[in-house]
Amino acid sequence: MEQLSYAAGTIVTGVFGCVAWFWGSNLILDWIWPSRGAHAGTNILRANMVRPWLFIGPAILFLAVYLVYPVFDSIWRSLHDAGGRAWVGLDNYRWLAGDAKFRESILNNLLWLLVVPAAATFFGLLAAQVTDRIRWGNIAKSFIFMPMAISFVGAGVIWKFVYDYRGEGQEQIGLLNAIWTAFGHPPETWLTIPFGNNFFLMAVLIWIQTGFAMVILSAALRGIPEETIEAAILDGANPWQLFFRIKVPQIWGTIAVVWTTITITVLKIFDIVFVMTNGQWGTQVLANLMYDWMFRGAPDYGRGSAIALVIMALVTPIMVWNIRNARREMMG
Amino acid sequence: MSQIAGTRARLVWAVNLAALLLVLLWTVPTFGLLVSSVRDRDQIAASGWWKAAFPSTASAFVRAGGADTAVQEGDLWVISGTVLEKGQRLDAWGVTSRAPEAYRPGETAALKDGQSLTVAADGSYRLTSPTAFAGGRGMRIFVTTTVPPRVTTENYARVIGAEGLGQAFLNTLTVTIPATVIPILIAAFAAYALAWMEFPGRALLIAVVVGLLVVPLQLALIPLLKLHNDIGIGKGYMGIWLAHTGFGLPLAIYLLRNYMVGLPREIIESARVDGATEFQIFRRIILPLSFPALASFAIFQFLWVWNDLLVATVFLGNRHDQLVMTGVLRELMGSRGGDWEILAASAFVSIAVPLLVFFAMQKYLVRGLLAGSVKGG
Repeated sequence: MEQLSYAAGTIVTGVFGCVAWFWGSNLILDWIWPSRGAHAGTNILRANMVRPWLFIGPAILFLAVYLVYPVFDSIWRSLHDAGGRAWVGLDNYRWLAGDAKFRESILNNLLWLLVVPAAATFFGLLAAQVTDRIRWGNIAKSFIFMPMAISFVGAGVIWKFVYDYRGEGQEQIGLLNAIWTAFGHPPETWLTIPFGNNFFLMAVLIWIQTGFAMVILSAALRGIPEETIEAAILDGANPWQLFFRIKVPQIWGTIAVVWTTITITVLKIFDIVFVMTNGQWGTQVLANLMYDWMFRGAPDYGRGSAIALVIMALVTPIMVWNIRNARREMMG
Repeated sequence: MSQIAGTRARLVWAVNLAALLLVLLWTVPTFGLLVSSVRDRDQIAASGWWKAAFPSTASAFVRAGGADTAVQEGDLWVISGTVLEKGQRLDAWGVTSRAPEAYRPGETAALKDGQSLTVAADGSYRLTSPTAFAGGRGMRIFVTTTVPPRVTTENYARVIGAEGLGQAFLNTLTVTIPATVIPILIAAFAAYALAWMEFPGRALLIAVVVGLLVVPLQLALIPLLKLHNDIGIGKGYMGIWLAHTGFGLPLAIYLLRNYMVGLPREIIESARVDGATEFQIFRRIILPLSFPALASFAIFQFLWVWNDLLVATVFLGNRHDQLVMTGVLRELMGSRGGDWEILAASAFVSIAVPLLVFFAMQKYLVRGLLAGSVKGG
């Protein structure tokens, strides 16, 4: 309870502090350069030059300290040894290139990258198309969208239960093994099957991300001009042609946005692997490998930072693409 | 014409069926865990959750009382007791592991040395012998029992109390609320400046914000933890509030700016002409009009902070009473891997609030997604 009042106190202080800053600094500005009197014209001009920075100042401070500075600090750390004292040049990166676990992580991340965005976008498109055509579509959408609100850890518990394993001859309480054994197969420990286990982890993320893809794609599908669809129907297009030849090409832009957004999530994927297998049995991914080096056993900040920068490097092309898109939107 | 109608009807069926299948696939895993969270501990281990509505049958053996519990009644020595636990029903019983279901309830089994055993339907047994019992341990009675389905809140009571999830709930709440409110305020002002004020470097700043949307958090953990240690914040709530504020800002600014830029220019211009200061315009016009975007971001940030594990693991202490719910859940997955009643109930305590927020505010969530679909994870 004590901590809740601490939190409440922080909210009040924080809100009050923000308001005081914005209100107070504006007031001071108006006092230094009053918009009345002899120099009203120049004063307003001067005040208007400073004022935007009062509004945006706190945000810039936070962005600089919490997002920009860490990038440079990480680069610096990745060129130093475990404790961040001695300069080691590119040794950490050389070590990465030869490390078997790192190779496994990179390959797994690439596998995730190939499968998850494609599968989530596909199911999202399917779900959007299907739910837009039925009467209970909104309810259906809600349910498919729901996993979005569930934490990765919660989803990990939910799916670990689905994959649960009991010895042969015992009653299976995991859904997947219950179905599997009903067809006469022996039960499997799904999360330890070499290579295949990656796909059982991916299923969790696909399950979470499909709703997101569905919501965005559904809006895009509904935005397609009616005339193009009517014209295609008059020309005798069947439903498949209508979907793949007429609708999908018109929403390529949105599909690309959905795809890249999920791609970024995949590149940073951590929690699911962390709680379900912790990278054992050949399921290691970059973010979890980085966590291992930074927080387990004897921390090695040099190697951990190098791995984090690899993730950053993988994200960068999408970042550039996003910035260019945003700029084009602003210009147009 | 009728042929076309027939195809159409079949298509409608197929679409409905496909939708149903998708909805089932997307809800059944969660539903299974929800059902398990209110089931009895032993029943979860004995049968799949899809059988929760049916009675479950179990076979076990019970040891009768030892020789020291025997009571002399006339010329008979008698050991009595019960083989059932609360809620169980006796289907059959036996005295050897080879024939564990040899007798019906109420029947009497004749044993060696003139002993006999009767087990009644209510579970009470009576073992009689013409001579005194020898040996310390009692004999084994094999029982086949049926347990009617039982709905219980014990699991929830247990995880909230004994497993420390109640404390973790408070911790999560403590982390989440300031980490949701503070970034909104800071971002709202910044977004207004980026949307409606002219100043050099504005376009560049917007580009930077878009770029920062995708910076992986992993990169920021160690540098910020060191920074917090250096400036004396250390590990704790203040640190995690600041960190979440920083991490949430790009999306907040991006969403709010996109929304504010779409507000009608005339309102703002005419307010300026009327001599309103920027601060007044912001407070009286922009803030109220931007409510939908503020709500969208608030939900995003709330869900993201509430569900976060990584930032909390790094910026909060690791003592059990300092953990947030995702942290406790993760710990339980390691230490209580097979105790599904604990895991299921814990998982549901932790996802209950996000699900409530989700279903109550879905409209704003969807709107926010459509406005800001550049951001990932």
